[in-house]
Amino acid sequence: MKTLWLTQVAAIVRLEIGKTFFSRRGLWVYLLACMPMVIFGGHSIVWLKRGLPCDFGHDTNVFASIFQVLDMRLTLFFGCLGIFMNLFRGEMLDRSLHFYFLSPVRREVLLVGKYLAGLLAAVTIFTTSTVVQWGLMYAHFPKSVMESYLRDGNGWRHLTAYAGVTVLGCIGYGSVFLLAGALMKNPIVPAAAVLVWESINSFAPAVLQKFSVIYYLKSLCPIEAPPDVGPVFSMLLVNADPVAPAVAVPGMLLFTMLVLVVAAMRVRKMEIHYGTD
Amino acid sequence: MSEPHEIVFDNVSKFYGDVLGVNRVSLSIPPGITSLVGPNGSGKTTLMNLMTGLLRPTRGSIRVLGVAPDNPEELFRQLGYCTQFDSFPKGFTGYQFVYSFLRLYGSTHAEADQFAWRAIERVNLVEAAHRKIAGYSKGMRQRIKLAQATCHGPAVLVLDEPLNGLDPLVRAEVIALLRSLAEEGMHIIISSHILHEVDMISDQVILLSAGYVVAEGKIRGVRDEIQEQPMQILVRSNAPSALAAKVFEQDSVVEAKIHNDGRGLLIKTKDPDKFYRLLNRIALNGIAVESVIPADDDVNSLYEYLIGSEDKPR
Ligand SMILES: Nc1ncnc2c1ncn2[C@@H]1O[C@H](COP(=O)(O)OP(=O)(O)OP(=O)(O)O)[C@@H](O)[C@H]1O
Ligand SMILES: [Mg+2]
Repeated sequence: MKTLWLTQVAAIVRLEIGKTFFSRRGLWVYLLACMPMVIFGGHSIVWLKRGLPCDFGHDTNVFASIFQVLDMRLTLFFGCLGIFMNLFRGEMLDRSLHFYFLSPVRREVLLVGKYLAGLLAAVTIFTTSTVVQWGLMYAHFPKSVMESYLRDGNGWRHLTAYAGVTVLGCIGYGSVFLLAGALMKNPIVPAAAVLVWESINSFAPAVLQKFSVIYYLKSLCPIEAPPDVGPVFSMLLVNADPVAPAVAVPGMLLFTMLVLVVAAMRVRKMEIHYGTD
Repeated sequence: MSEPHEIVFDNVSKFYGDVLGVNRVSLSIPPGITSLVGPNGSGKTTLMNLMTGLLRPTRGSIRVLGVAPDNPEELFRQLGYCTQFDSFPKGFTGYQFVYSFLRLYGSTHAEADQFAWRAIERVNLVEAAHRKIAGYSKGMRQRIKLAQATCHGPAVLVLDEPLNGLDPLVRAEVIALLRSLAEEGMHIIISSHILHEVDMISDQVILLSAGYVVAEGKIRGVRDEIQEQPMQILVRSNAPSALAAKVFEQDSVVEAKIHNDGRGLLIKTKDPDKFYRLLNRIALNGIAVESVIPADDDVNSLYEYLIGSEDKPR
């Protein structure tokens, strides 16, 4: 009996995984994950065609900027929105949530199961995307140069850091959008609210900054993005008050836990109203 | 206070915003077959959803064999609910629908497989079990829901209009099935808007009208006269004169007089359903209504006839 909830979580993940990977409402998540790949692939092709010199310093900075603006703020953000927002809301719309609510499963356990299923999909899709993006960025470098960059230089460290940031991003944004989908039927309002909050976050008081996903992700990026990318982007890129990874990772996890606890309280109180019957 | 062998509603009200679902329901439901009977919108589904935690009461409390409905882990070990919702998880076959529920229950694959087939056999759906529910007929969907609600051998079975969409043959089979389950000591709660549909099988009937329990007890037969003669109703309230003023807005109210003890209003109406709806609006506008009791001797005898005082002939 002690492991009943684990059995139940496994059963829920099995039921949900198909939906989180291939939901009718979420196919654009894949398009989103491919979008940055096109940019980085294009970059390598142009460099190869023109025979431009391979410059680690330049490419690393470009990757850092694009990753922070495009991946962290758009791809991951909207991707997690697409996957996690529908965990509860989607079943309300499909009028199938009562199937779970009428089974001997605590609502908290249901939440954990659904969150894990979402996480599995998000982490798989977006970590793959990040790694492929990184590979495409440097695809025009000679193979031997790349190998030694990975082995002796900063390559491996950067790659794992970006992958790690992606995983943490899924964890953090996932919880936020799960909560948003449990709170509201209309996804636009909470999505816009979170987007604005994450964007202006660097100007918020230090205490409030800790209640955002981007704050932790920025601190974990392996290099600071150069601020010479125009005023709008540099506003998004500055990290006034970075924290060490030893703080940022537990901080992100703690933040996620908090959000999930609030979501669990909300799901416990949830009623089934499918509209007119 | 709560009886561990009964289903107990203690002064339960449910409002949807300011729409009344049910008001001041107090019930103790013993084992056997109990039917909730009332016209559309009288609150049958609301009561069932409250009992199973799909809704939370605005006021009052509920215990199902001693378990609170907001404790699903305990509740659904002993309760199965066949809902009025005609929607299923996307892409499920009939078998998957029952099997998945059993996996959530905690059964191993082998157990879940065995129990699922047993339940599916009981409702005669073996042939169609591996087909998608989306392609089922209304009656088949009704039966697969029944299989899911009974597959784990619950002690309480809640069925919202379970006979809807079934052809006479299947209907008879389902009724026989419910009878045999009730004889094993199960609690079975069935809703219906047609009294004579359930009068033959019920041990007990609860009559609902516009959110109020208007009568409960054992049933003996059915009469249509309830609509025809003016009916006298005693409404208990601490503001009977304010209530009387409001009540006269309605033309089907024939007479209204303040009760001898000054804490209630005696009303005669030809259309009790309409009157109950009016009463709900009044209650929502701030006049406290404590209870509503059919008070007419004739109507009382009719209800007694309906729900079983032994000595009254027809
Ligand atoms: N989600 C909801 N929002 C607002 N009002 C609701 C909601 N669900 C039910 N109601 C109202 O509550 C009252 C009781 O409805 P309920 O569904 O319990 O009736 P019912 O007896 O099951 O009717 P039926 O025979 O049509 O199934 C009705 O007036 C209905 O309009
Ligand atoms: Mg109903």
